[in-house]
Amino acid sequence: MIPEDYKKVPGWGVDADPKNDPTYPMRLRDPDLPRGLSWKRPPLQVATVEILHSNERPGLSAVFGEASPPKGVSGVLRRYAFRHSESAYRHWLPLMAADRIGAIEGIFEDLGTGRVPNIIKEKGWGAEWKFNRKAFATRILLVTAVAGAGALAAWVSIRD
Amino acid sequence: MLAMDYRGARRVRAQQKPMPEIQHPRDVIVRVTRSCICGSDLHLYNGAVPDTRVGTTFGHEFTGIVEDTGGAITSLKRGDHVLVPFNIACGQCAFCLEGLFGNCHESNPGATAVGGIFGYSHTTGGHQGGQAEYVRVPFADVGPMIIPPDIEPDNAVMLTDVVPTGYQAAEMAGIQPGDTVVVFGAGPIGIMAARCAWLFGAGRVIVVDELDYRLDFARQYAPCEVHNFHTMKDPVLFIKKATGLGADVCIDAVGAEAAGRAMQSVLGRKLKLQGGSSTALHWAINSVRKGGVVSVVGVYGPTATMVPFGNVVNKGITIRANQASVKRLLPRLVEHVRSGIIDPKALITHRFSLEDVSNAYRIFSSKLDGCIKPLLIPPTAE
Ligand SMILES: [Zn+2]
Ligand SMILES: [Zn+2]
Repeated sequence: MIPEDYKKVPGWGVDADPKNDPTYPMRLRDPDLPRGLSWKRPPLQVATVEILHSNERPGLSAVFGEASPPKGVSGVLRRYAFRHSESAYRHWLPLMAADRIGAIEGIFEDLGTGRVPNIIKEKGWGAEWKFNRKAFATRILLVTAVAGAGALAAWVSIRD
Repeated sequence: MLAMDYRGARRVRAQQKPMPEIQHPRDVIVRVTRSCICGSDLHLYNGAVPDTRVGTTFGHEFTGIVEDTGGAITSLKRGDHVLVPFNIACGQCAFCLEGLFGNCHESNPGATAVGGIFGYSHTTGGHQGGQAEYVRVPFADVGPMIIPPDIEPDNAVMLTDVVPTGYQAAEMAGIQPGDTVVVFGAGPIGIMAARCAWLFGAGRVIVVDELDYRLDFARQYAPCEVHNFHTMKDPVLFIKKATGLGADVCIDAVGAEAAGRAMQSVLGRKLKLQGGSSTALHWAINSVRKGGVVSVVGVYGPTATMVPFGNVVNKGITIRANQASVKRLLPRLVEHVRSGIIDPKALITHRFSLEDVSNAYRIFSSKLDGCIKPLLIPPTAE
């Protein structure tokens, strides 16, 4: 903890060199600039959906996006994640898991609105077929063969 | 309106979405005229950035025409054609006041470690991006710049990220006249960083990548020496032998895929330079001379990344890194484009309609058809 009257610490600032500032872009250092969380804040956007915020800050930033608010199982995980700081794996790993689950939830959401997602098109496999046919076809064959062999092995093991 | 829509790892599509609305007095809505796909979008596309939610629209490099303005906007009016910096900055928080416009504290509730960025997951604020017909631009009185009449639209869109990030990579490197600069990565940012290294007085510029078509481009464009690391047994040893003591400066213009890939590298998987992982940073630290500078603009995930940090200490290396402060750099870079010192549009190799976004991502991601920089044009652009 820096003492209130730190300038009275013996030797304070005797070797200060403002030019020795490794921050880029060169940080504008003005002694009159506010320190800490004390600037005059912009007008605050009003949230119309649930916005999760880092627990390393007191509340929301002045502006934010309202895309895809948390929902479903992925939303539960995201709310859990935001109870932990940005320094914790318990923050980032649940978010990564939520992203995977969210993708599956998205497929059911599509189906729920009567839309069958064209996953082959979404993955841009057409582009692979056009520009990378040989390598792409080999990969597909390989994956199919491995899956087929796996299914065969499973079938044989069940029969035994 | 039509917009790019993220559906899960390596699944994106164009679909109809509600029009964006003014949500803050300092917002504007722009009708997008051009929108790039960025190499860093591929980290999102691959599902590597935490809190990338299905239903979000990517895109942080775009130009557009102002369609609607919030009550507090006086610097822009309907019909202005603007280029929009990728970072969202309030202009009045502690960081903006210090000129750190890439580190604003009032544009991203999701994380304190990064400011708001358009279309770049909820880890950077959950803002919808510009790969759409329309987009909401917060703090429009700070970031956007009216495109000067003599700056071509294709150059303008490259000034939103590629040029400033490449330039800042060279600037942060503190290049002194005659320095040897090694750039890892020959994507658009690495190519631009190599070009800009000369502006700071570099004496020798070397670019390392794994794709010959990109290296060929870099050699012509920067111009510079290029090397494919697949032809080297040990890239660090190669650089040491080529430079004597090591490079004065190494620039990491590759970055890593976030947690997922980083963990794979912890588990000892061999990862490729262009695919992510901390390989480029590792090589940069080990290839730079004692007392050298490593400048990092590659995007890394928020969790741990393995690097040989003992060597940083023992070699007395200075590491400089940041998201580019686009607003700070724009006046200088517009001058460089105007005078012809930098020709950003030359990097644009592909133009897609927004409807074709799925193929555009795949072609860029899989490095097909000689792609260096793809541009998306929405149906309502003209
Ligand atoms: Zn970008
Ligand atoms: Zn700010």
